[in-house]
Amino acid sequence: MIENTKQTVRIGFKRRKRRAQLATIGLVVLALFCMILMLVLGNTNYSLATVFDVLLGQKIQGASFAIGTIRLPRMLAGAFTGFALGLAGSVFQKMLRNTLASPDIVGVSAGSSMAAVFCILILGMSGFMVSFVACLVGLLCALLIYALANIGRFSTSRFVLIGIGMQSAIQAVISYMMVRANQYEVTGAMRWLSGSLNGIQMKSIPLLVGVVVVFTIVILLCERNLNILELGEDLATVLGVRINFYRILLIVSSVCLIAFATSVAGPIAFVSFLAGPIAVRLVGPGRSYALAAGMVGLILVLAADLLGQFAFSTRFPVGVITGVVGAPYLLLLLFGKRGKKGTL
Amino acid sequence: MKQHSLEARHIVAGYDKKIILDDVSVTIPDGKITVIIGSNASGKSTLLKTFARLLLVQKGGIYLDDQEIGTIPTKELAKTLGLLPQTPIAPEGISVSDLVARGRFPYQKFMGGMSDEDLSAVANALDMMGIADLADRSIDELSGGQRQRVWIAMALAQDTDILFLDEPTTYLDITYQIDILELLKELNEKHHTTIVMVLHDINLSARYADHMIAVKHGEIVATGSPSEIVTAENIKHVFGLDCLIIEDPVSKTPMIVPKGNYFTK
Repeated sequence: MIENTKQTVRIGFKRRKRRAQLATIGLVVLALFCMILMLVLGNTNYSLATVFDVLLGQKIQGASFAIGTIRLPRMLAGAFTGFALGLAGSVFQKMLRNTLASPDIVGVSAGSSMAAVFCILILGMSGFMVSFVACLVGLLCALLIYALANIGRFSTSRFVLIGIGMQSAIQAVISYMMVRANQYEVTGAMRWLSGSLNGIQMKSIPLLVGVVVVFTIVILLCERNLNILELGEDLATVLGVRINFYRILLIVSSVCLIAFATSVAGPIAFVSFLAGPIAVRLVGPGRSYALAAGMVGLILVLAADLLGQFAFSTRFPVGVITGVVGAPYLLLLLFGKRGKKGTL
Repeated sequence: MKQHSLEARHIVAGYDKKIILDDVSVTIPDGKITVIIGSNASGKSTLLKTFARLLLVQKGGIYLDDQEIGTIPTKELAKTLGLLPQTPIAPEGISVSDLVARGRFPYQKFMGGMSDEDLSAVANALDMMGIADLADRSIDELSGGQRQRVWIAMALAQDTDILFLDEPTTYLDITYQIDILELLKELNEKHHTTIVMVLHDINLSARYADHMIAVKHGEIVATGSPSEIVTAENIKHVFGLDCLIIEDPVSKTPMIVPKGNYFTK
């Protein structure tokens, strides 16, 4: 009897694992497709062959500039910020067991964004320092929301409600700073309202890539512990997870991902919020899905940017498109599945 | 099964500044089913949670084999002490065997998947709870009683010598209550697992417990076998309830019959 059961269990595990693997592979393929499309499409569409020649370092009149200087940084920035936002969002949602507890809903992303706007528009800073300050402020916001939600006994619903309040307050500060900024800086600063990949230069890419790679590795190494944290504090303790250690490590890593992504591309709306739930649907319930969530984030940002650039007669920044996609889903969650997980 | 000694020595515990247990010492008998009884807010859950290290003691300590549990590496401790919380929450849509497999966490290496031993433990737990045919079902589709079996299976997969359960029958109808308690009794007899649980129903407690601990206002007022604990005086003292004690015709254990005012006036 035990052998039979063991066989059933083994087959079930294998089947679910294969589904998750297939879904992840599918996402990687789709991601690569979007990345290539970002390089091919533009004012002039180049052939795949030309794109690869340029990437391999050949100098081609016109194409080298368009692809190497304009499209490649844009594509890389979109890919890595999207991945970072998707991954970090899924960690928050899983740890707090609530879809609404995503950093772009609860004001952590907005906090980073506010810090970046302040550094760039008011202090005239750029580069690493902006990201660093954005990180610190993002962490402070997360800490503040957590501390406020922790008064009495910690509750996720209160965390979400306080976070949404925080988000609105921070948005007001950002708007204020933009109103007070110089006219000619405001166009550039539009990025800080909804996120944009316009005019990103190659020099801001290496740091972003480095940070994303490092913290992605950290999060993936913690993922098994995260899966247990998802069962709640009591069971995680009893199963032997060092709760505080992993919680802090995961939150710091996620906030750093968000902050660096935000300081490059602005708070691209709803990507963190959407990526996790979509990834779960694809890999199947109860699986590890951090990597898949990152991939979904990447695809969302690049696909939205492609749409924003080429689908309409006017060009829209990426955040406008993700916002249009994300807002209905937020409403659906708030109104649709009342009483189920994901609602307040 | 290894033999263990488990005791609370002069523990002071509670939430924030509110102290609920003040200088409590008690020993849990090895290989037995111990039931903690007491009225609401008497501190019985607090006692269970402190034993299971969900609440840290402010003074004193919980000693497992004469070692203070705070000094034992948490993953090692997780191989000896298991707990089923009162209202555990499962990840949405997770399959039964995936959830049960999470109980194997303390045994898994930093990287690397399920070992053959893990698979056996999961299968064993499913068989013991009689839910092997539900292995691939989503937990969301199950009834309350089935779901409780799944959670106990998860605790079994953890393969601990000592298992705590916080009101494992509270949200179940009577059939499932008996069902779960019978399974726990069987587990205790087959594997000599030490079981410690909080139950509300005194008659069921007397039926299935080997040992009982009665708690009132954060103090332990009596410990002993069901026939020692379930007496009219003790019930009056612990719950403030007047009752008659008769013998359960099936299990021959003491059974309380509340007097109330309406029928005795």
